[in-house]
Order: sequence, then C-alpha cells, then structure tokens
Amino acid sequence: MMPGIKDILMILPEIVVAVAACVLLMVEFLCRKGERTIIGVFAILTASVAAAISLYLMTTDYMGGVAFSGMFILDGYSTMFKLIFYLATILSIVISFYYTREEGIKGGEYYTLMLFSLCGMMVMASGRDLLTIYIGLELMSLPVYVLTGFLDRDKRSVEGAMKYVILGGFSSGILLYGISIIYGVTGSTELTAIARAFGEAGGLTPVVGLAIVGLICGFGFKVAAVPFHAWTPDVYEGAPTPVTAFMSVGPKAAAFAIFLRVFTEGLLPVYEHWQVLVAVVAVATMFYGNIVAIVQTNIKRMLAYSSIGHAGYALLGLLPATNDGVASVIYYMFVYLFMNMGAFAVVVFMRRASQSGELIEDYRGLAKNHRALSLAMLVFMFSLAGIPPTAGFVGKFYIFMALVDKGMVELALIAVVASAVAAYFYIRVVLLMYMKEPVRTHLTAESFGVGLVIAVGIIGAIVLGVYPGYLIDLIQRVSALV
Amino acid sequence: MFEELLFIFFSATAIGSALGVVLMRNPVYCAVSLVVCLFQVAGLFMLLRSPFLAVVQVFIYVGAVMVLFLFAIMLLDMKQIRYERLFSARGWVPYAVVAGIAIEFVAVIYGGGMDALMKVGATKAVDVKTFGRVLFTEYLFPFEVISLLLLVAMVGAIVMVKRSRG
Repeated sequence: MMPGIKDILMILPEIVVAVAACVLLMVEFLCRKGERTIIGVFAILTASVAAAISLYLMTTDYMGGVAFSGMFILDGYSTMFKLIFYLATILSIVISFYYTREEGIKGGEYYTLMLFSLCGMMVMASGRDLLTIYIGLELMSLPVYVLTGFLDRDKRSVEGAMKYVILGGFSSGILLYGISIIYGVTGSTELTAIARAFGEAGGLTPVVGLAIVGLICGFGFKVAAVPFHAWTPDVYEGAPTPVTAFMSVGPKAAAFAIFLRVFTEGLLPVYEHWQVLVAVVAVATMFYGNIVAIVQTNIKRMLAYSSIGHAGYALLGLLPATNDGVASVIYYMFVYLFMNMGAFAVVVFMRRASQSGELIEDYRGLAKNHRALSLAMLVFMFSLAGIPPTAGFVGKFYIFMALVDKGMVELALIAVVASAVAAYFYIRVVLLMYMKEPVRTHLTAESFGVGLVIAVGIIGAIVLGVYPGYLIDLIQRVSALV
Repeated sequence: MFEELLFIFFSATAIGSALGVVLMRNPVYCAVSLVVCLFQVAGLFMLLRSPFLAVVQVFIYVGAVMVLFLFAIMLLDMKQIRYERLFSARGWVPYAVVAGIAIEFVAVIYGGGMDALMKVGATKAVDVKTFGRVLFTEYLFPFEVISLLLLVAMVGAIVMVKRSRG
C-alpha cells in the first residue's frame, strides 16, 4: 500500500524534529565562531513545536491509528512517552548552555545530536514493528555515544564513550539475534501478528526461550538492568553532566517504552515464560544498584547506581502485564524525569571554575553556604529515596499497588526492602549538607538556566507527589496497551 | 542432490573459515578468513533463491566493510602489536559460552518451532523488483529512518575525529 498524506500527518512531530536537526547542522556554518548558543535555542524551539503538534494530534481522529502499513502507531501510550522525551531534551539543553561554556565545549553538533537522539526515541515509542523499534533504538543510541565522548580533555569521557559504543554494539547484536529468532518462529516482525502467532502455537519451545532471552538482554542493556549494567557507572561519570542527565531520563524512558510495548503487546501469549526472567532481573537490579551506590564517592557514579536501582523498580511495573502496571511505569518515568533532572542540575550548579563539584564530599556543609541549593538537593534526594510527600513516593507506591493487585505481594515486599536500603545513601548526602561544617567555600554557577531547571524539578517533584491525581488519570485514560 | 552438495560445501567452508577468524594469530589472515566466510554466506543466500541478498552481501561486506578492515589493519604498526588469539587457551568461560549456545541451537533445531519461517521462505520468492517495490511502499518508514541513522553515524564519526585532533 502506498503511504499517503494521512501517514505523513501522523508522523509530523518526527518530521519536524528530523528536518530541524538536519537544517541546524548547516546553520552552524552561518554562526560566528564559538557562538553556538543560538543552535541550542533553536533546538529547544524545535522540541517545543513538536510537543505542541503531538498534543494537538491527541485531539484528532488520527489517534489510535497506524501509519506506514503498521510500522508506526500514534496512540496515547506513545504520546505520553514523547512528552517525557521532549521535556528531557529541553531541560538538558537548558542546563547545557552553562555547562558547555564552563567546560569550553564547542560545536553546535552537541545540540543537533540531542535532537537526532530525540527523533530516535520518538520512533521507538511509536514503533509497532520490531524493525522500526530496532532502527529507532540505534538512532537514539548513536548520538548518545558521540555525546558521551564530548569532553575530549577528560580521559574518563573518552573511555566511557569507547566502552559505551562497543558494549552497545554487542548488545544490539544480541537483540537482533532475538528479533530474528522471533521472525523465524512467527513469520512476522509486526507486534500484533507476533502475538497472534504465539497465541496459536503456545507452549515453551527452546527457540521461544532463546528469543525471549535475546530481547531481555538487548532491552535490559538499554535500561541498565543487572547483569547488563556494567557500562552505566563509567559512562555516567565520564559523560558531560547534562548528557548524563539526558541519557538517564530520555533514552532510559524510551527503552522502557519498547520494553513494555514488545512484552505486553507482542509477547503477552508467552507471558508465563518471560515473567520469571524479568522478575529475577528486576530484583537483582534493585538490590545491586542500591547496595553498590552506598560505597560511591563520586556523586555522578552514585546517581548512576541509583539509576540502576530505579530501573529495577520500573521493571517491576512490567511484571503484572496489566494496564495499571503500564500506567504506573509511565507515571514513574514522569516522576523520575523531574527528580533526576533536578539532581543533575544541582550537580551542574556546583560546577564552577576549578571546583568540579562531582565528589560527594563537596557537599559537606553546603547548607551553611548556600541554603537554597541544599534545600533543592534535599527535595531531590528525598524524592529519589521515595519519602512522602515527594513524587518519588507516589511513583513507587503506584507500582507496588499494581503488583499487589495482580497478587504479587512478595515482590512488592522485596521492593520495599530495597527502597529502605536505598534511603541510606540518599539521606547520607542530606546529612552531609546539613549536619557538617563546611571545610571550604562553595563556588556555584551564576546561571539563570540551571536555576530554572532546578526550580522546574522541584515543582515537578512536589506537585506530582502532593497532587498526582490528574496525571495518573490522564495516563490511565489514554495509554491502555493490553 | 546437487544443491545439497553445494549447501554442505558452503556451510563447511563457512564454519572452517569462521574458526580461522578466531583462532589465527595474524590479523590479516583473520580478515581474509572472514572474507572467505562471508562469500560462503553469499552462496547460501543464492541457494535460498535470493540473488539480490547474495549480491548485496558480497558488495557491502566483502567489497566495502572488509576492505576498510584490511586498510585499518595495515595502517596500524604491526610490529607494535602483539599477535594474540581472540580465544586464549586459558580461561574456560568463552568455551563454555560457545558450547552453551551450540547446545541451545541443537535443541532449537530438534525442538521444532521454526515452521513459520519455512512457510514464509517457501511462499515468497524475492527478486529485485519485488524487493524494491516492498522497500518503497511497505517498508518506506524504516527506510527513511535508516537514512537518518546513516547521516547521524557520519556526523558522529566526523565530530569525534575532529575533536580528538583539535
């Protein structure tokens, strides 16, 4: 079937982002040397326009329809995830303005690569065919590999990029293996056709097991689940901090978008077979991330392990394979967006002149020198730890409720224990800020943009915690998958 | 009968040359061995009645990718590099992994389950005309996204090299 005007209208947000990224690549030649902020501003504009179009499309009849012979689906589920991607991109670009100036990062490609990555994430969220999903995944990952290595004076950055590229390529290979086996078994790469074929065949043959393992490896790598997490600390530490913030929110949410869609839509008929595997991975991820985070001395590394732990909670939301579970993961990603983006913005704020602000020790006595900043960090740490009334609490609570509804009480209890472990290292930072005397003065950024992102993070982390009803209702109403 | 003989020849050579890639010490031999292996895969595509895939396999993998590989190997200073096997004799982990995958695949073949693929393979004869038509109608969207992906790969490579020079 020939694609028509309808198909093109449905992918309009993707087209806007892709075309703008290509144009901005060329606009760079028109800029004065060293003056690249304008490209970042245009990138923010692009993401905002695309967000507006996505929101508008939600009100049209195109909603829920497929385009390009089933390759692409425009539904509430993908739109919700796209909103997370837009916000993650915009917020990371805003904190990038200050950071790139401070670190002397030149090159407008920094911003255009983020736009390309955004486009990849959008394709992933809307992919209804394993082929589209895989290509979207690569389009998302490639720019992030390059962005990780942008601090070329810092060995850690180059090393992180190298590790990320090689391990990323390897995990893509395993993922493709799984996908090709699924094609071999079902004769299709389209998710509904796969579900139909699995439903007719039924039963666990060795080949289906192999395919499931391949998919879990590939997706698990992207969400940084144990045992596919080894790249995370090095990459998070080495990458420029705004890029770390970006990849801990955007690409992670995108990976969850495809994880949920493929497993609850395509692999639902073989639910019993993947459920145990995912449960083992989720529990291991929660405990490993939260326990290893305790011994970290670098705040970016600590947040990396914390992000591994949070991937574990979010994976739990996949286990019930119900609409409640799916909605709880989306809500969790929204919450995680605000609190994690905010925490990284604080890390950027601490970066000034010769002070890297990356060691946890740097936060000693911060409350005496900089009351507002330490208060912000307190909110983000409490929210990441899941202490009420912050959003982190509601997010976790909602996932646990979805588990209990499906009768998985033991898993919910295990997750509660894991959160208790996690509270230790978040609160340690808070104690260090409030209970200790400062040993030196704290230089902090004088940047409106970074402050703005911190403010947005605080508002998000508190509003979603105190008044979660509206967003939860919206997500539940529009994002039914099963 | 003749086709079966060809199949056995192609697969046996492919396995042999693949072993050569991992077991030989000299990187140039490894690369050439990989070229041999990729040619056999092209032969297997021919047997599957997909001349287009066979030609693309030779063009892209043998023609483009492997030539670049060889260039890269030859540009490195070979005296500096210690020749080492990819699989060292010590360490049982790689062997265990390979053995595990082999067992899994034997189980896959005897456990059945690839029936759907057999059906797909039997009904669709892929000539270049059908292939092109499908690529620009049914698969137009992934096709366009791939072109974007290639652009990003190119930009990314340039950015990385430019920065490490400066």
